[in-house]
Amino acid sequence: MRQVTDQTPTGVRTREKLPAVEQGPQAAGTGGSSTMTAIIGGVLQGGVILSSAVILIGLVMLLLRGSGLSERYLATFPHTFSQVWTGLLGLHPQSIIALGLILLILTPVMRVAISIVAFALERDRLYVVITSIVLLILIAGFLLQKGGA
Amino acid sequence: MHLSIAVILFIFGGAILAGLLGALIGLGGGILIVPMLTLIFGLPIQYAIGASIISVIATSSGAAAAYVRDHLTNLRIGMFLEVATTTGAICGAFLAGILASNILFIIFGIVLLISVAPLIFKLGEELPKGVRNDLWARKLKLASTYPDEHLGKDVSYQVTHTPAGLGMMYVAGLISGLLGIGSGTFKVLAMDTIMRLPMKVSTTTSNFMIGVTAAASAGIYFVRGDVIPVVAAPVALGILLGAVIGARVLTHLSNRTLRLIFIPVLAIIAIQMVLRGTGLAV
Repeated sequence: MRQVTDQTPTGVRTREKLPAVEQGPQAAGTGGSSTMTAIIGGVLQGGVILSSAVILIGLVMLLLRGSGLSERYLATFPHTFSQVWTGLLGLHPQSIIALGLILLILTPVMRVAISIVAFALERDRLYVVITSIVLLILIAGFLLQKGGA
Repeated sequence: MHLSIAVILFIFGGAILAGLLGALIGLGGGILIVPMLTLIFGLPIQYAIGASIISVIATSSGAAAAYVRDHLTNLRIGMFLEVATTTGAICGAFLAGILASNILFIIFGIVLLISVAPLIFKLGEELPKGVRNDLWARKLKLASTYPDEHLGKDVSYQVTHTPAGLGMMYVAGLISGLLGIGSGTFKVLAMDTIMRLPMKVSTTTSNFMIGVTAAASAGIYFVRGDVIPVVAAPVALGILLGAVIGARVLTHLSNRTLRLIFIPVLAIIAIQMVLRGTGLAV
C-alpha cells in the first residue's frame, strides 16, 4: 500500500491510503468520480475499437469487390449523413468505412456529453455549463458547414 | 487519383510507421501523416489533412482512456480549455478551406519545425515550485492533485496565468483545425510554460484534449468532402496499430537516442514542406 502525504492546514500528515479513499468522489481531485472516469475511459476505448472494426470491415469489403478500386467508384464517396445512410442500405463499402469514420469522430463528442452528466452528478453547476458550451461548439461545427455546403 | 491495393497497403504501412514513431519520440503521429500523403503519395494537401485529422482522433482517444483511469488527467482544466481549442479548431478548419494549398504547405513546415524544438530543449518543469492560483483558477477550481508513481505520493499543484493559457489554447486549436494535427506541442506549451502545471498533468491533459479538439474540425472536413474513405481508412487503422506497438516497445528502447536520430529527419521533412509550398521543390 502506498504512503500518501496530505497537505492540511494543520501541517503535513501521512496516512495509509485505503482503497475506499482512492475511490472517493474526489479521487485525485480531477473532477470526476472513479465510476465516471471509468465510464469515460470505457467510452473512449469502446468507441475506438468499434469504429476501427467497422472501418476494417468496410476496407476489406472494398478491396474484395472487383471494381472497388476503380477510379469511377472512388470518385464518388459519401460525405453527408444522408449519402452515408443511403449507401449503408446498399451495403456499399465506402459508406461502411464512412460510418466507421463518423463513429470515430463521435467518440470524443460522446465523451463530452457523458462529462456533462458526470459534473451534474457532482452538483458542479459551473462545469455543467462549461461542458455544455463545449458540446454546443462541437455540434455547431457539424451544422455550420452543412449549412454552407 | 489512382489507387491500387499496393498503394493502400503502402499507406497502411506508412501509417503504422508514423504511429510507431509518434509513440516513441512523443510527438503525435498525425504530424507525419500529412507529409507522407503529400510528399510521397502526391495527394492534394486538403485530402491529406482530412485523413490526418481522423487519425489524430484515433490515437488520442486510445491513449487518453488509460490516462483518465490513472487520474493523471485534470478533467476540469481540460474541459475549460476545450472551450478555446474547439472554437479555434472550427476557425482553423474554415481557414483551411480558404487558404491556397501552397500557403498550407509553408505553415505546416514551420509548425513542424516548431514542434521539433521541445524534443531538443526541455520545456517546463517536472514539478513547478511557488505557483499560486490566480483568480480564474480559484473560481474555476482548477488546482488539484495527482498520484505520482515515481515519487510514490500524491502531488498537489496550483494554476496560474489562466487567461493567457486560454488564449494560447485558441491558437493550438486553430493550428490543429488548420493542419489536421493534434498540436500537442502548443497545448503543452500553454499548460506547462504559461499555466505552470506539472509535466505529467500537462502532457496527459493535452492528450485528453486533442481528441475533442480534432472532433470539432473533423466534422467540417468530413462534410466538406475532404475525408476520402479509402485513404482515411488505412491511415486510421495503421496509426492505431503503430501506436499500440509503440507503447509496447517503448520500455525497451532508449527514446533519447531515438529522438537524436529523428530530429534531423523531422527537420528535413519540415524544410521539404516549406520548399514544396514555395514551389522550389516538387
